[in-house]
Amino acid sequence: MKPAVADIWTWLDQVPDPEIPVISVVDLGIVRDVQWQGDELQVAVTPTYSGCPATSVISMDIQTALRDRGIDQIRVKTQISPPWTTDWLSDKGRARLLEYGIAPPRAAGGPEACPRCASTNVEKISQFGSTPCKAHWRCKDCLEPFDYFKCI
Amino acid sequence: MSDKATFEFLCRMGDNTLVLGHRVSEWCGVAPVLEEDIALANTALDLIGQTQMWLGLAGEIEGRGRTADDLAMTRDAWDFRNVLLAEQPNGDFGQTMMRQFLFDAWHLAMLQALTRSCDTRVAEIAAKAVKEVRYHVERSGDTVIGLGDGTEESHRRMQAALDLLWPYVGEMFIPDAVDDAMAEAGIAPDLTELRAGFDSHVGSVMEAATLTIPDTDFAHKGGKSGFRHSEHLGHMLTQMQWLQRAYPGASW
Repeated sequence: MKPAVADIWTWLDQVPDPEIPVISVVDLGIVRDVQWQGDELQVAVTPTYSGCPATSVISMDIQTALRDRGIDQIRVKTQISPPWTTDWLSDKGRARLLEYGIAPPRAAGGPEACPRCASTNVEKISQFGSTPCKAHWRCKDCLEPFDYFKCI
Repeated sequence: MSDKATFEFLCRMGDNTLVLGHRVSEWCGVAPVLEEDIALANTALDLIGQTQMWLGLAGEIEGRGRTADDLAMTRDAWDFRNVLLAEQPNGDFGQTMMRQFLFDAWHLAMLQALTRSCDTRVAEIAAKAVKEVRYHVERSGDTVIGLGDGTEESHRRMQAALDLLWPYVGEMFIPDAVDDAMAEAGIAPDLTELRAGFDSHVGSVMEAATLTIPDTDFAHKGGKSGFRHSEHLGHMLTQMQWLQRAYPGASW
């Protein structure tokens, strides 16, 4: 018997993002669609940034996780439209990012506060950080640098 | 409008991002400060990612079974269709950022127009890429301003970079038969219509940077048509394509 699509979403929500393992690929909003086409399970994944090296690892992790649940016929398709936006990050994902020390994205274009001490006295160090999806900021009160998840 | 013209056009988009992406990646590990190193590498990564989409679609439309990798790694210099600006050497950090800004300002205008392409696949790639490029131009523009309106030495270098690179701007806006065919088919915009917006964007950044745009319309041409690349492209390809040339089909 084929597992229900709702169960598959729950399983995918346990697949961590390879670079920010505290959030799942579902939290990140990159799993766009899950559906059965006959006996084949089709999973549509959208890249965050077009050159993000994690994309192929994510596809592999998704296939591995679903194989472990006994699904043999899986096709992971890349879907670029509509383009990924940080609006698709789940609330759970945003909260986890913050706990982990990464300021979640904000439409205003910068972090609301330092993820460590909550001070709003922060400044940008660099528009780019350790992964394509992050920028580098610093708190001027606790003096700690931190990652900010870029808003796109 | 033939598939051949569309293929040429897509190679232009993909070769621009591939060649510039490779150039920018040459800074990886040797940029002046760590933050810039990371920023340059991330920009290169975005550009290479965009290349996969453009050249992937080019190969599909060509219909000879060539993949984005085949197009990137097994064509020789005369088959490349990037503008001459993209292949110019990095020079110093300021020259790299000047090249980046001039390209980014054109790239942003071009991609914004391409999001309205009548070819859905082109519009979808543009919609994805434009988000990244908006970010690139913000950074390259800020850096040009910071260095132009910086110390005497940084100002001198930025003005020299602008004088050197300005003659490569024209090629991005002078349409040829391929561009005309694309505009007529509604796939891509009329390039001449992008110029006013570019001039006003670049003009305001150069003003803030206290830099003077050279008073010349001279334009080096021959990159996007493939007629005459500068010698720099061949040298770059010997680095970029070395592995696939020495061990065709190698993978890991």
